[in-house]
Amino acid sequence: MKIPRYLELEGRSTGFYALIAILLAFIAAGAGAFLYMEHNGHIVTGMNNQTVWGMPHVFAVFLIVAASGALNVASISSVFNRKIYKPLAPLSAILAVSLLLGGLLILVLDLGRPERLIIAMTTYNPRSIFAWNILLYNGFFVVVLVYLWLMLERRFNKYSSIAGFFAFIWRLVLTTGTGSIFGFLVARTSFDSALYAPMFVIFSFAYGLAIFAVVMVAAYSWTGRALGDVIVNRLRKLLGVFVAASMYFVLVFHLTNLYFAKAQGFEKFILDGNTIYTKLFWIGQILIGGVFPLLIVYGKGLKSKGSLVVASLLVIAGGFAQMFVTIIGGQAYPLPLFPGKIEQSTFYDGVINLYTPSLPEILLGLGGVAVAIFVVVFAMKNLRMLPESLADEEIDPDYTPAEAESAA
Amino acid sequence: MSTDNNIDKYRRQFLASATAVAGLAVAPGVILNQVAHAKALDQAVTSKNRWGMLVDVNKCATGCNDCVKACNTYNGITGVGDPKTDAQWIRKVKLTDKQTGYVQSLPLMCQHCEFPPCVDVCPTGASFKRADGIVLVDKHICIGCRYCMMACPYKARSFVHEPIHEHIYPRGKGTVESCTMCVDRVDDPNGPRDPACVEACNASGHKAMWFGDLKDPESEISKRLKEYGGVQIRADLELNTGVRYQNLD
Amino acid sequence: MSSFYKLVATGVALLLPLVVYADSLVPEPPEAAKNYNDKTQCVEPVPEMRRNHMKYLLRHRDLTMHEGIRTKKFSLKECINCHNAPSPKDGKVASIEDKNHDHFCSTCHSYAAVKIDCFECHSDKPANTQYRHPLSSMRLPETDFSALKKANDKMLAKAAEKKESQQ
Repeated sequence: MKIPRYLELEGRSTGFYALIAILLAFIAAGAGAFLYMEHNGHIVTGMNNQTVWGMPHVFAVFLIVAASGALNVASISSVFNRKIYKPLAPLSAILAVSLLLGGLLILVLDLGRPERLIIAMTTYNPRSIFAWNILLYNGFFVVVLVYLWLMLERRFNKYSSIAGFFAFIWRLVLTTGTGSIFGFLVARTSFDSALYAPMFVIFSFAYGLAIFAVVMVAAYSWTGRALGDVIVNRLRKLLGVFVAASMYFVLVFHLTNLYFAKAQGFEKFILDGNTIYTKLFWIGQILIGGVFPLLIVYGKGLKSKGSLVVASLLVIAGGFAQMFVTIIGGQAYPLPLFPGKIEQSTFYDGVINLYTPSLPEILLGLGGVAVAIFVVVFAMKNLRMLPESLADEEIDPDYTPAEAESAA
Repeated sequence: MSTDNNIDKYRRQFLASATAVAGLAVAPGVILNQVAHAKALDQAVTSKNRWGMLVDVNKCATGCNDCVKACNTYNGITGVGDPKTDAQWIRKVKLTDKQTGYVQSLPLMCQHCEFPPCVDVCPTGASFKRADGIVLVDKHICIGCRYCMMACPYKARSFVHEPIHEHIYPRGKGTVESCTMCVDRVDDPNGPRDPACVEACNASGHKAMWFGDLKDPESEISKRLKEYGGVQIRADLELNTGVRYQNLD
Repeated sequence: MSSFYKLVATGVALLLPLVVYADSLVPEPPEAAKNYNDKTQCVEPVPEMRRNHMKYLLRHRDLTMHEGIRTKKFSLKECINCHNAPSPKDGKVASIEDKNHDHFCSTCHSYAAVKIDCFECHSDKPANTQYRHPLSSMRLPETDFSALKKANDKMLAKAAEKKESQQ
């Protein structure tokens, strides 16, 4: 195996400038939406006192969860010492950092008092899982950026696997923390489950890898660099494993709830209701995010690169649906205050809460996504982090043409 | 400063004992109780008290909304006229039994838990419990993340969605708020006064609500609880709420 | 030599308007309703308050909020009651938003360009006066969001329509 040659993107094509222009337009729209919300208050958004976390949280939590998963490739190369993934580790690390940045930006700009962010950094409530997450997010930036630096600086390459191991542990803890934000909500039937932590970790593996795959294929196709089938097929099969594991956790989560009389109302609402959440669960999360990608990944006769991209895009869409069902569907289901009673009040007790996302919320979310992509593109343009070629003979230590054929 | 304040304090103490003496002659129970609880302006609250409320659901009239109106007026709770986004510190809930059709109605507000989930989850410590058991939001350090609203089992909290232009009570856009048990009345140097809702309930003649010190066995609320019992809403969560309900079935 | 003095004199003469102008910018906060002297002083001496009023206010804020200590000495409400009392001339009470900065707090705070958010929640006028009318505290400069607002309203209306037609 050769030592990979890393090169910046040339970044002079019309396509490149068009991409930058589109991203900047979305970032500007997101900034405008933020100012609009900040100026008028959240009264102009779809949120209300019943559904307090809306569309921005769907975008933000999705990006934060995916950020941790985007580090998969780097982790596998450093922690599990798979040489074939090593050339892609820098991209994996920078993608993780940018996705987290985009997600946090949305979260912060949707606060009621975003200008007081400094308080969240200086005044900690040690009992709050949210406060722990602030530490975990900040730490993730530091840990991954140090890891990235050790990988890119030749002299320190030998330390990069230790940093990689540390980053691997850190991101597992980080997603455990993100899942626990929901898992620790004792009062709500929809949350209140220790399963949220490991389930989010598995989700993160799938979502992060899917985003990584799309970014990788796009970068190599648009720059005309060589991308061999070996790496593509490895990632494709890995994605299949993660998707299957995600489905397993979803199954266990709902089966447990179905067994408990107190949670059956919630299960009926999600699995057999006539709201958007039921549709998004079955069509979005299960079919688009689970069944179809598995069929594509393990099906015969599909071309490798195309099937990886299609499966990844489906996983991303399904993941988005999952976040919507989890976060907003979870709030839509009423709190169990008076079991056995029909509740009526001016505060929507005992009824399914309605939530209609507003344009500013969606624009803020898309703005965060655009920031994440922009940072990745900016890094690839200015830093040498993308191998010049990922052709099979360049990266596979045991490459023989025959093996390549059989892998495809 | 200290001399002035001390003089004030001595005066207050003298007046207090004078009232106590007079009270002994006139109406022993009530006034003595108040004086025992009077807290000087410069005194910090302590865990010697635990303020709570008691609601007799049988006496609470369906359709009566006086407690809610009084709360809104006293605390200057205004909105834009949309019940989805307007703050509601206290609300009336009508309960109909699914099997028997039995109808009851009760006021629901912050239950001032001993172990409040909202306080646990708050990242900055803005959501906190005073030593005397009152759960409050320090809006000065609230960043408006709404995690406490996700965590509260009673949906007792509201987010201020719109800019506030008229400040009767300190409230502002982008922060979370809830029932304070009219904390400024509790801190009254002449002895704690009933919260606005309790006052209104008494004025309406229904007399379904009591306010008092749960740690004082001689307070009316403690005596009533001892005699007739009282339940917590969502007692399964073991939050040891400061608001109790009687005749809720 | 004499030409040098001439030059200096001309320079000073030219700079004079600037000095006068700068002087007119220095804030002149309105007088408090009650006047204290060194013996009957209300809070701390003026130089100390000018420099450190925020420390006293913040400490008092935390004591009141968390410990229920309600002494009046460093209470924001009391500061406002006295320092922003109705003007003896016309009985008017200044608002924090007044463009000519007649409000006790905004006179210096706009001069020093230090943004405060106290009055987003607290009243900028003395309690229990008849001068209470809709007022707002420091907000972002007016920005035109009409296009975004229109699009957002349209979207919400459409969603509401759809929901109705489904029911």
